[in-house]
Amino acid sequence: MRVALAVASLARHRTRTALAVAGIAVASAMLLDMVMLSSGMRLSFRELLDTRGYQVRLSPKGTLPFDTEATVGDAAALVAAARAQPGVAVVAPNLGAQLVAPRGDGAVTVAALGVEAGVQGDYALREGRDAAAGELVASPAALAALGRRVGDTVSLGTGWDPQLRAFRELAPRRIVGVGRFYFLGADQPVVAMPLADLQATADGARRDRISSAMVRLAPGAEPAAVARALAAALPRVSVLTTADAVAQADERVAYFRNLAFILGSVSLAVGFLLVTTLMTVSVNERIGEIAVQRALGVQARRIVQQVVAEGLALSVAGGLLGLGLGLVTARYLDAILGDFPGLPPDIAFFVFQPRDAGTAMGLLVVAGTLAGILPSWRAARLPIAATLREEAVA
Amino acid sequence: MTPPGTLMLEAVEIHRDYAMAGDAVHALRGLSLAVHEGDYVAIVGPSGCGKSTLLSLLGALDRPTRGAVRHRGRDVARLDDRAATDFRLRSVGFVFQRFHLLPMLTAAENVALPMAEAGVPPRERRARAAELLAYVGLGARTAHRPTQLSGGEQQRVAIARALANRPALVLADEPTGELDARTGTEIIQLFDRLNRDGTTLVVVTHDEELARAARRVVHMKDGAIVRDERLRD
Repeated sequence: MRVALAVASLARHRTRTALAVAGIAVASAMLLDMVMLSSGMRLSFRELLDTRGYQVRLSPKGTLPFDTEATVGDAAALVAAARAQPGVAVVAPNLGAQLVAPRGDGAVTVAALGVEAGVQGDYALREGRDAAAGELVASPAALAALGRRVGDTVSLGTGWDPQLRAFRELAPRRIVGVGRFYFLGADQPVVAMPLADLQATADGARRDRISSAMVRLAPGAEPAAVARALAAALPRVSVLTTADAVAQADERVAYFRNLAFILGSVSLAVGFLLVTTLMTVSVNERIGEIAVQRALGVQARRIVQQVVAEGLALSVAGGLLGLGLGLVTARYLDAILGDFPGLPPDIAFFVFQPRDAGTAMGLLVVAGTLAGILPSWRAARLPIAATLREEAVA
Repeated sequence: MTPPGTLMLEAVEIHRDYAMAGDAVHALRGLSLAVHEGDYVAIVGPSGCGKSTLLSLLGALDRPTRGAVRHRGRDVARLDDRAATDFRLRSVGFVFQRFHLLPMLTAAENVALPMAEAGVPPRERRARAAELLAYVGLGARTAHRPTQLSGGEQQRVAIARALANRPALVLADEPTGELDARTGTEIIQLFDRLNRDGTTLVVVTHDEELARAARRVVHMKDGAIVRDERLRD
């Protein structure tokens, strides 16, 4: 009977109920998006780091991988020492640099990665094969910028010498594959070549140097324990597990979480105020009916239950609608933010998890429940005889 | 004056004061009244003499400032809210001047509402609601909403609702006040039947015809009883 009364009461003002549900849906969509945003980048970043199964990363002491242009020397010995550590299965060293290619009257700058083809974890081949000496794998953006296709040859140098009016160390390299690069922007021209080829550029300044290395652990090895052992054995590098890297990245994007928290709280408050306003208006309209029910012997708590059920029904209906709306807007917003220059293609800002939807719905249901309690309790405690008298006069 | 049965309801030296715009209004001034099982009492008097206030106190809708209201020996004026509500649910039926049916419910649902609150199973309350609506002559209007019923029909539904939990006492406040003369007469006849079937009635009214139908008429003035006459046993 309580549920029937709550439904009947909501159905009495269909337009108002529909508008309220729409308002709650918008607030709930915003809340869901903000809950998704608060954890989305972290989840997405973790997934990105886990893509190729490397759990530990080495970088020059005091830096994050590819966070600076710093490199570490005596790389061959370093990589060999890392590979000798218990629990280490694979070590994939890489070196980052910038190369230039003449095109027309100008030049195209590309990011270059020196990798060991057999173990590299920086890209997945989309077409062709891995590069041998004198060859390279290019990203689609690099092919577009260079105006080349697989099978073409491109000349790459280390820079422009204004005195000689010529490109330095210009050397032809054959494009043998197209790759999807995980850690660099989708719009960024990138080429990958054998580590030794890139180390041989810059007049020997890069010889035996690497920018970072990724470490894949043997089955059953504990990342934190292996990281501690690597840090002890390799004092020249910083050792980061995926969890460490996620935590450090998390600190850097704390403003996203703060923003999400603030906007999420605002959405929740809007939803709460919306339901409270509606329930207050609705209860005030029905003061006489509530007094009659009380006169007929309906307990105060049952009146509260009925009004709370109405608030709850509004919240659940608005929440479910908002769930769909939130997913659609999250996809749209993600597409906008994903176009940010230099962002890896697999990074997402809004990652849906059932738990997020549960959190958003749970918060909304709690807000909807609380929103109904105060007006209903106040109405249920009004003096019955006086209220009936006032209603009769009205 | 011979009471028709044992004492059911008793107001003992009750006062009801209100604060209104900083002044104290004495709605009832030490009023005492006894109502016996099976009686049919009409309370009459000029507007503002305290009739409706007395009815509210007899039905535990309000509490006296001083004095006691005893129902079968229990002082209902001292009950807490939960117990007073339960008293109204199970022991009293109310009929109001303006019917006060819930507009979103059908006639049958309105009648079933007090039964639902009392925990009567759905099937049983549906059957009893139909039975009560038939009793008040609305057997064919069970699915109608209040807006689809005339004033007299609405008051009949309200009377059926008052009888839902089989109370021995029905309190009515100006039950014919909103009705035309013919419809008012129908309600008076219904009340008469109710009383003959054993329900004790206390009715506040300005309606002389309704007052004449009662067994006893209590005249009030300025918050006190000025005359108490028994018309018939």
